[in-house]
Amino acid sequence: MSREILVCCGTGCLANGSQAVVDEFRSASEGLDISVKPYIKKVGCNGFCENGPMVTILPDHITYYRVHPKDVEEIIQNLDKDPVERLLYKNEDGKPVRSRGENPFYVPQLKIALRNTGIVDPGEIDDYIERGGYEGLRKALAMSQEEVINEIEISGLRGRGGAGFPTGKKWRSCFEVPSDQKYMLCNGDEGDPGAFMDRSIMEGDPHSVLEGLAIGAYAIGASKGILYIRDEYGLALQQVQKAINEAKDRGFLGKNILNSSFEFDCEIVRGGGAFVCGESSALMSSIEGRVGEPRVKYIRSVEKGLFEKPTVLNNVETLANVSYILAHGGAEYAKLGTEGSKGTKVFSLVGKVNRTGLVELPMGATLRELVFHVGGGIPGNRPFKAVQTGGPSGGCIPERLMDLKIDFDSLKANGSMMGSGGVIVMDDTTCMVELARYYVKFLAEESCGKCTPCREGLRNMLDILTRICEGDGEMSDLDLLEELAFTASNASLCELGKTAANPVMSTLEHFRDEYEAHIVDKRCPAGVCTNLIEYRILPEKCKGCSLCAKNCPTNAITGELRKPYVIDKSLCIKCGNCKSKCKFDAIAVE
Amino acid sequence: MEENKININDILNRYTPEQRHSLALLQEVQKAYGYISSNNLLAISSYLNVPVSEIFSIATFYKALSLTKKGRIIIKVCDGTACHIRGSINVLEEIKRTLHINEGETTPDGLFSIEIVNCVGSCAMAPVVICGEKYHGNVAMGKGAEIIEEAKKEAESNE
Repeated sequence: MSREILVCCGTGCLANGSQAVVDEFRSASEGLDISVKPYIKKVGCNGFCENGPMVTILPDHITYYRVHPKDVEEIIQNLDKDPVERLLYKNEDGKPVRSRGENPFYVPQLKIALRNTGIVDPGEIDDYIERGGYEGLRKALAMSQEEVINEIEISGLRGRGGAGFPTGKKWRSCFEVPSDQKYMLCNGDEGDPGAFMDRSIMEGDPHSVLEGLAIGAYAIGASKGILYIRDEYGLALQQVQKAINEAKDRGFLGKNILNSSFEFDCEIVRGGGAFVCGESSALMSSIEGRVGEPRVKYIRSVEKGLFEKPTVLNNVETLANVSYILAHGGAEYAKLGTEGSKGTKVFSLVGKVNRTGLVELPMGATLRELVFHVGGGIPGNRPFKAVQTGGPSGGCIPERLMDLKIDFDSLKANGSMMGSGGVIVMDDTTCMVELARYYVKFLAEESCGKCTPCREGLRNMLDILTRICEGDGEMSDLDLLEELAFTASNASLCELGKTAANPVMSTLEHFRDEYEAHIVDKRCPAGVCTNLIEYRILPEKCKGCSLCAKNCPTNAITGELRKPYVIDKSLCIKCGNCKSKCKFDAIAVE
Repeated sequence: MEENKININDILNRYTPEQRHSLALLQEVQKAYGYISSNNLLAISSYLNVPVSEIFSIATFYKALSLTKKGRIIIKVCDGTACHIRGSINVLEEIKRTLHINEGETTPDGLFSIEIVNCVGSCAMAPVVICGEKYHGNVAMGKGAEIIEEAKKEAESNE
């Protein structure tokens, strides 16, 4: 029987050594019996990154995890027999899962934006075409520009980059502006910490993005496109460039596309590592070769954008949806999701959760389903505390709101936002004050400095939060924080500043008790803020094995073998090394 | 000495002299020399016919660009949210202790620099450390020192 062996070579799996696994499969499959012909191809990110390298055997879809080159021989020998059990994924109840169809991580998922990642070879345009690729563009070119815009409006698609602006409406506004030159841009400057869906799509299915870009360009009347991609995303840059070249060779880009009069060409511009460049006007300024600072919004990009010409900017995931919508129809797409948010959304589920990775669910799924069903709950059965959505511009959602249906409007109504879809799970060992400080520090560093409320407001909020984390806070600081947050959100120039206070506001609203514990009791309940905690060895649990003392970088731990050890608090730098090494859970943080 | 290997004009001539190429040129210079010298700032400015003050402001605005020479091996500690809550700061502290330098600094022998980066999109294997080109996932306590040791050995064997 002929078989295909798929080895995931996304960034996550590559870091776990998948290249060596590919090499091993290549050499091990040489000269084998004719009935077994594993075909190895590199595929894009599968999402289930934590358990890489991942290997899938077609046609049975048997999926192996954490595959090491030394496992390859056994896998090949077992192709016609039962799967190698020790390499299968184990369920919560310890039962091995043979294929993806049985895996609780995959079962609830519905893949549209990720329909091809992990299935097609991103370096082979024929793979994409075989799975219906460029069919959307073909259909679009047979329609009028307005008909294409109508189709997107019917689908109800909203921008997946963060704000959720209706895509069809954006296209129509640009279409209606007469101009000799228009631009169609793709925002691949994914900057939200904790989100990596755009990276995966660009790495694993670049043609779906190019196809969406070409459809958008046709609809608004643009002949030039630019993909602005983060410089840090080396593999994505490489795959997208390769896809552009292939698409040009096949006539999906360039002149007379698919024998029509439509002409469209695109190129890549590499970002310079500035978070603010994900903001539309800053991104355009960066492409023009200037400092990436936003501008006031009364000048609309659809009228005067890049090089002062009408411009549409769409996010990577949005464009991957566009190509699907044109191929399958807007009405079909609109059947999925909620009243105000149609279709699916890709989430990157990370943090303190058992199963991490990319998850695509229909809009309207609940946070509980995402974290507990797909994610399998919290490691070590620790208590769940909150999820953070929307990146640095989003907020924290506590346990009592876990049955909230996830869509653009419901998250916003609860002080957070969809953002790009990062979902970070936190347990009782995450300090919410420190988390707020973390986000404010991130934004204070990334603020471009153009407008005062954001630049100075963030700096002062950071001072106050640092003070609280170090145990020097006062109750009046909380009022001051609220005042600064109010000013920054009302008076900043761009969305980065306007939303910058969200992490502070939402943690203050839902976790005020933690702030008060830091200020009044000088205590960090989560055991994170080093000034407010002490490490102590519990004599009743310590077996005197000396492992902690050996690993202490400052020699603060002393004792006699087989007797309880002690920590000298004057030498302890609270690095946590001892606690992570102790096998008897004998080190307490209080 | 490395500067002699690549001529700045070869880099400049890869792009047409238009302002929109300023960032790309600065990135290429950064990649070729490890930093952007004042002479190269001037060269880019005159090639593109853009005031040097503007090139300077771009060079200091973007994180990927640096005006001082960095170590041969750059250790990037990811402090994205997922890494942060899984203990990236402890990893950073360990690396700083091992190399006796702070983030943003270079060891006296010019071998290592430490940088904090905001999310490299490998959140599922947090915390992540990138040493040179190599990604290390799920970096536990004590592994920071191992990563440095490994890189040091590799650098020595390449010499």
